[in-house]
Amino acid sequence: MASDRARPALGGTLFLEDGTRFDGAGFGAETSHVGEVVFTTGMVGYPESLTDPSYRGQILTFTYPLLGNYGVPSRKARDAFGLPAFVESDGIQVRGVVVRGLTEPHHWASETRLESWMTDEGVPGIAGIDTRRLTEHLRSFGVVRGILDVGPSEVRPSDEELRARLGRAPGYAEEALVPEVSVAKPTLYSVNGGPLVAVLDCGVKASILRALLVRGASVLRLPATHEVPDRFEGRRVRGLVVGNGPGDPSTLTATIAELRRPTTRSLPTLGICLGHQLLALSRGGSTYKLKFGHRGQNKTVCFDDGRAIIASENHGYAVEPRSLKGSGLRPWAVNPDDGTLEGLRDARGRLWALQGHPEGHPGPQEAGFVFDRFLERVRKEAP
Amino acid sequence: MKTYRKILVLGSGALKIGEAGEFDYSGSQCLKALQEEGIYVVVVNPNIATLQTDPPKNGRVYFQPLTADFVEPILAAERPDGVLLSFGGQTALNCGIALADRGAFRRYGIEVLGTPLSGIRATEDRAKFVKAMERAGVPTLPSRAVYSVEEALAAAEDLHYPVMVRVAYTLGGKGGGMARTPGELREVAQRGLRASPLGQILLERYVGEFKQLEYEVVRDRAGNALTVCNMENVLSMRVHTGDNIVVAPSQTLTDHEYQMLRQAALRAVEVCGIVGECNIQFCLDPNSDEYYAIEINARLSRSSALASKATGYPLAYVAAKLALGKTLPELKNRVTGVTSACFEPALDYVVVKLPRWDLDKFARANRKLGPSMKSVGEVMGIGASFPEAMLKAVRMGDPRAELVPPAECRPLSELLAELSEPEPTVLVRVLEAIRAGASLDELARVTYIDRWFLQSLAEVEETHRALQAGAGRELPVPTLRRAKELGLSDRAIARAARLDEEEVRTRRLAAGIRPHLRMIDTLAGEWPSPTNYLYMTYRADADDVAPTPAGSVLVLGAGPYRIGSSVEFDWSTMNLVSGLKSEGIPCVALLNSNPETVSTDYDRSDRLYFEEITLERVRDLHEFEKFRGVVTCVGSQLAQNLTPLLHACGIPVLGTAAESIDTAEDRARFSHLLERLAIPQPAWRAFTTIEAAAAFADEVGYPVLVRPSYVLSGAAMRVIHGRHDLARFLSEAAALSPEYPVVLTKFIEGASEVELDAISDGQGVLVAGILEHVERAGVHSGDAIFCLPPRHTPSGVQGQLVEAAGKLARSLAIRGPFNVQFLVKDGAFQIIELNLRASRSLPFLQKATGAPLLTEAARAMLGRPLTRTGIAPLPPGRWGVKVPQFSFLQLTGSDPLLGVEMQSTGEVACFGPTFADALVKALVATGVRLVPKGGTAFLSVGGPQFKEALEAPARELARIGFGLAATEDTAAFLSARGFRGVKVLHKVSEPDRHPNVLEEVDRGGIDLMLNIPSSLTQEKLERMLEDEYVLRRRAVELGIPLFTSLEGFTAYIEGLAWLDEHPVTVEPLYGTPEEGSAPATREPLRVPVPRAPRTRRRARRPPPR
Repeated sequence: MASDRARPALGGTLFLEDGTRFDGAGFGAETSHVGEVVFTTGMVGYPESLTDPSYRGQILTFTYPLLGNYGVPSRKARDAFGLPAFVESDGIQVRGVVVRGLTEPHHWASETRLESWMTDEGVPGIAGIDTRRLTEHLRSFGVVRGILDVGPSEVRPSDEELRARLGRAPGYAEEALVPEVSVAKPTLYSVNGGPLVAVLDCGVKASILRALLVRGASVLRLPATHEVPDRFEGRRVRGLVVGNGPGDPSTLTATIAELRRPTTRSLPTLGICLGHQLLALSRGGSTYKLKFGHRGQNKTVCFDDGRAIIASENHGYAVEPRSLKGSGLRPWAVNPDDGTLEGLRDARGRLWALQGHPEGHPGPQEAGFVFDRFLERVRKEAP
Repeated sequence: MKTYRKILVLGSGALKIGEAGEFDYSGSQCLKALQEEGIYVVVVNPNIATLQTDPPKNGRVYFQPLTADFVEPILAAERPDGVLLSFGGQTALNCGIALADRGAFRRYGIEVLGTPLSGIRATEDRAKFVKAMERAGVPTLPSRAVYSVEEALAAAEDLHYPVMVRVAYTLGGKGGGMARTPGELREVAQRGLRASPLGQILLERYVGEFKQLEYEVVRDRAGNALTVCNMENVLSMRVHTGDNIVVAPSQTLTDHEYQMLRQAALRAVEVCGIVGECNIQFCLDPNSDEYYAIEINARLSRSSALASKATGYPLAYVAAKLALGKTLPELKNRVTGVTSACFEPALDYVVVKLPRWDLDKFARANRKLGPSMKSVGEVMGIGASFPEAMLKAVRMGDPRAELVPPAECRPLSELLAELSEPEPTVLVRVLEAIRAGASLDELARVTYIDRWFLQSLAEVEETHRALQAGAGRELPVPTLRRAKELGLSDRAIARAARLDEEEVRTRRLAAGIRPHLRMIDTLAGEWPSPTNYLYMTYRADADDVAPTPAGSVLVLGAGPYRIGSSVEFDWSTMNLVSGLKSEGIPCVALLNSNPETVSTDYDRSDRLYFEEITLERVRDLHEFEKFRGVVTCVGSQLAQNLTPLLHACGIPVLGTAAESIDTAEDRARFSHLLERLAIPQPAWRAFTTIEAAAAFADEVGYPVLVRPSYVLSGAAMRVIHGRHDLARFLSEAAALSPEYPVVLTKFIEGASEVELDAISDGQGVLVAGILEHVERAGVHSGDAIFCLPPRHTPSGVQGQLVEAAGKLARSLAIRGPFNVQFLVKDGAFQIIELNLRASRSLPFLQKATGAPLLTEAARAMLGRPLTRTGIAPLPPGRWGVKVPQFSFLQLTGSDPLLGVEMQSTGEVACFGPTFADALVKALVATGVRLVPKGGTAFLSVGGPQFKEALEAPARELARIGFGLAATEDTAAFLSARGFRGVKVLHKVSEPDRHPNVLEEVDRGGIDLMLNIPSSLTQEKLERMLEDEYVLRRRAVELGIPLFTSLEGFTAYIEGLAWLDEHPVTVEPLYGTPEEGSAPATREPLRVPVPRAPRTRRRARRPPPR
């Protein structure tokens, strides 16, 4: 299939570990990347998705057939807190982009086009392939690793060559992805008079930090393996947020250990996405890998009181509900389609965790109430 | 959860501009949802052609007007537990509000299900709406409610011009408009104040250049809410969404914008307390994130039908379940069968809705698109890109159309001027402007179309240019592939590249370029889905489904609703599908392109292709599926026209043979057949030159009927009264259809028109009924009032008609439905037309007689004998009257004069123990006022012989207490015949003479108007014609009952006279026994019908609250 905006001379090949091959047009950087091939069903929000650190290590397929419609907003613009205003981190996090059609952009807020941005950041893309067939393949056989190669269209690498390159690359779960996306040293975002909340950054999205800041909290952003201090620059840490991030949660042993530490454990706590999984692991629960994950902005989350909301999600792992016995945590919400655990809480009203993204960006923000609940508790416990 | 035993559902009545077939879809889904729960349903809807009024499995159907006067007695008699107001459009909502206002629901203890009345009022009343949005933190445009033109002018000074005028409680932006100057405002405000039932209009800041976005929201009683779909209007705020090109999902919004509006929608819906479904409309600045909420429709709507088809999410079904008190998490997604209905569909395709306008059918109608809706139907193209979906939609709208830039472009300045006030031709005009060298930025500035969409149109232009540049050389496979992926048809490629269409097809198939079937599964392939809802795209390399089992049949639907082909063909399509299923066909597949239909509900057939009804697409489907046969006779002329083409490609067509259809449609062959069968026909001949035609007309005598071959609904057909007109008209008509000669027929004046519908298996014939037109021949059969059984046709003649039909059926080996049109005069008949397909009348006849016509048709098409023959009996004492619905008010400037060109947009039928009883109800159901005793009738008839005919109705009017008014000549005639007190009014064209008829009309002094145009009386005075037009138009604008035929007028008076002495009956046409109730055989209700109040047209302020 033709690919609209892809350069005709550039070819793209996506080769999956199981031998499935897609040839299309290439765009973005002329390079070859290995990653876990996943798909999202979200129809808007590609700048946010591409910069979501949870996608680190993955090649992202968009099921929506058009990408790039509204270009790319300013990546340098910062909000009042110094966070990236329109994207979720400092750069593109995905290893590659798979799309059916790339379009000519137009939007008042656009600064550049998607393919230029990807070229600048060294990210390859393939267009003009049947992404629905790829999605059906991933849905049926589960997510697999793949290699996305972009180069001159007349010299496409052979299956053997691609298989060999894939073989040399480490597996998704073996990669140490979190250190690549975690903040290097403790960073304070201060709001006058706001209670201080520590955020363990395993690749936290800017929108999670902003969701706390706009609600009046000050945020102490900590590297993933950092100890949660009692105080920082003289201010007492009043609450803890464990945010999203990439990879297999069970490999993050240092973070899990920190969450077990009694003083850390005693804080009012909010877990989001990976944070949800890490909290379960820290209390003795276990996680498992989903066949093809939940990635999209249309996911149902049913709470135990009968209410249901639509949530934005991006996760490949989930918490095993049976493993929670004796953990002090109880299921709070589930996905009605496959029974996946979507939320946890404790009996004392001091811990909440959601598998989805209450901050949206992209996607709905109806779950945003969880930030309010958490901060209400933080403020109540602050003297 | 409360359980309900019996629920009453209000329908939307006849199809009209702004309220069309989409409500058959929503009502039908609603009934399905209720009946699944074992609820007894009571349906009130006079729309005879709908599927929702077919006999329910468990319920009753009333063909009654949707007014409080008629529905309240039904409430009293039926005592339902609950009533649903949100499935019948604005008509049902307004009827429900009127019933609530008079305390009817309280009186009978009936619960209003779904959105409570307080919520409905919060969305319908502007002041309440603005307050509700304030509470929700959703901005609305600065606006003022005013009650007079003077107030409007003052308010506009504050708001700054241009301003937008909106009217509450009306459909499709009726009566609204934009005003740039005080002069324009004066006109628009006057019209709006007249149209408003509250005497109120709303002025607001005009934001034509803003993007127009819509969200479809569902919410349950527990407060769970989600948006099923959002949609973007390509022609921005300038054009009403009903006339807009709509794309789903939105294409130019960022996540920030998408969610900003989505969250505003959810907050707004929460504040209004919506339970069920609603549509919310926003405008968004194309250069910032400034936005405003425009309105909320607290009911199913045209947009919700579109959203439902665009996503596969059964909105109306879900809304009905929510109205019963179920919650979203309790409901399953019916498409996948396993996932929850509490989710937002993800699309992996693009949907483009294109309206279908028929403005050519309306003399003098204004063609500019704006805030008031003018289209009569729509189609929906589905593709993997915007151009693919858009180009499909263009062909769906008219299978002969292609979106191709013209070979010769007009000057750019001219094109840009036209584009600054878009017309239905806007897309092709944009292509032309691009070809003429317009920059996209310039175009965006003029058209208010977002540059993103213009870029796609430029791509189409570019592809055409590439194809044209390569013409004469071999077509390279990559170019061909690119053109197909963009969405061009084989025919468009062939024309551009100067190739034969067949050659293009052969070449692309050889290169492996073929479209693939894809599922619309609501979740972009994330879960496996057993759905049968499919479309085709070239941007795929595999099919989502395996071919159907051997022996499958494909039924072609009727495509977009348009003048002449409407919901009645969807009814026939679906009844035939059921018939084929009951005859044991393993898989009945359906092809249609119209999102307003029941037939495009995926659970109504075994496989649904939402696709183009074109030869190319049917061949693509057949190559994949290998159907046993294709049915072309229920999808109106659109499907019927494919018969010879399919036949020529070797695709089996079920039913009457292509050869026979050609015989019936080819004038010469048909005439020859009639001669052979000794069936009389009017004198006719086909001509290729004007001179020969004129000689023939002189020979047989004027008037003559002039028409081209292969017509539907009288396109380009006209009665001509003289040689000069003939010459002028022929130069136009000949240009319309060069392949076919023009046919002249002797037009027989004073004849009545009678139709016969029947089913045949080639031998036996089942006559569905004989229908008599109330109006004399000359009024298109789609615009005539029908009476069943015939009142004036002698039974002997009726027998001859049946005999003639039988001869035709046997000689043409008709297998399926057919319709014959006759003229009857002085006890003799002539045949004027034979249609070898399902006609507009079949739903009326099947419902009136109870005979399963389409099941019999299915048998005949499969080569099986009919189970019954003869004439389907009508229950004794039953009269049925079918009345057309017109939408002239909506079409600014259009001339409401009936003729051989069809102009009605819908129809109703009512039943009763007498003709008058049924007629009165049917007239009320189409919005014709029943004027009170003591009113004044204005009679205007040109020509002495017509004045003669006036005497009888004038006498009857006087007898029942009407005053008469007329212009000088007519008044003199009436006085000469002994009428006293005839009010003499001066002509419109003599405004200085008083009392003037226009003044009299404007001040409310005329209640009823007969206006027989002078063209029928061969008068040639331009001024007189103009006077007549002005009066007709004014009658439409003021809601004064207007008749342009003497017979229609006489029937109306007969109805009024009947009403003076009788109450009308209100009873269901059919129903099933109700558990725990007395058997249904009870006396019909008899209801006195209140007449419309006399005084009107005065600005009314609402009482202070």
